[in-house]
Amino acid sequence: MTRARTKDREEYNRLAQSFHPPRPVLRNALKAFLVGGIICTAAQVIFGYLSARLPRTQAFAMTSSLMVFLGAFLTGLGVYDEIGRFAGMGAALPITGFANSVVSPAMEYKREGFVLGVSARMFQVAGPVIVYGSLSALLVSILRVYVFK
Amino acid sequence: MTLLYAFLVGGALCALAQIIVDLTKTNPAFVMVSAVSLGAVLSGLGLYGPLVEIAGAGATTPLLGFGHSLVTGMLEDVARLGWFGLFTGGLRATAPGLMAAIVFGYLMAVLFNPKG
Repeated sequence: MTRARTKDREEYNRLAQSFHPPRPVLRNALKAFLVGGIICTAAQVIFGYLSARLPRTQAFAMTSSLMVFLGAFLTGLGVYDEIGRFAGMGAALPITGFANSVVSPAMEYKREGFVLGVSARMFQVAGPVIVYGSLSALLVSILRVYVFK
Repeated sequence: MTLLYAFLVGGALCALAQIIVDLTKTNPAFVMVSAVSLGAVLSGLGLYGPLVEIAGAGATTPLLGFGHSLVTGMLEDVARLGWFGLFTGGLRATAPGLMAAIVFGYLMAVLFNPKG
């Protein structure tokens, strides 16, 4: 009985799969490439402007802050989600997408209040990014400093 | 010239992430987390620094650059302060981005409402 049902389900899945349009992997990759590339080029333009006036590290840091501002602002306007729908990871992977992942849930949960809504939800995605980033960076740095000197 | 490399490298990293999302059906949030960790590992291997030299913001803007900053900051502070630098360097180096995310994230969430 159960085996028959599993078989039915497999059959069904295979049938259902054949009706799904194939994921346009290549086209999605191209869109991500273009939009991600444009965002990074914009950041490089900002960096070029700042690095003529500031030390290199500071110029990079300020560029990141500015890109975060732009990502957050465009998310507030509702523009960034449109870009995200078009470009997928091309919008999510740059630091502007990090800002988007902060503002989106914060805005969404505003009705639950400013403490448990806005500020608690801000780090729904950004939190894991910071936690795993910090932990892996710690591990990598320990290896660099104490193991492979 | 760096502008072109910024476009190519930044675009390529995003395209790669998109291909991973499409082929493995992974949640984009998992890919973002993995990207930061991958950036940290590439930084530790000494590969990400040269990429930043070539592509500038094309390498620092994708989330892998966040992992790279964390590692660079830790190594800088270890050189300055000893082992405790492991606890000070990461967030010191990434503070500008994080502070901007907190300040502007909060501000925009207060000012705007979700569309649709």
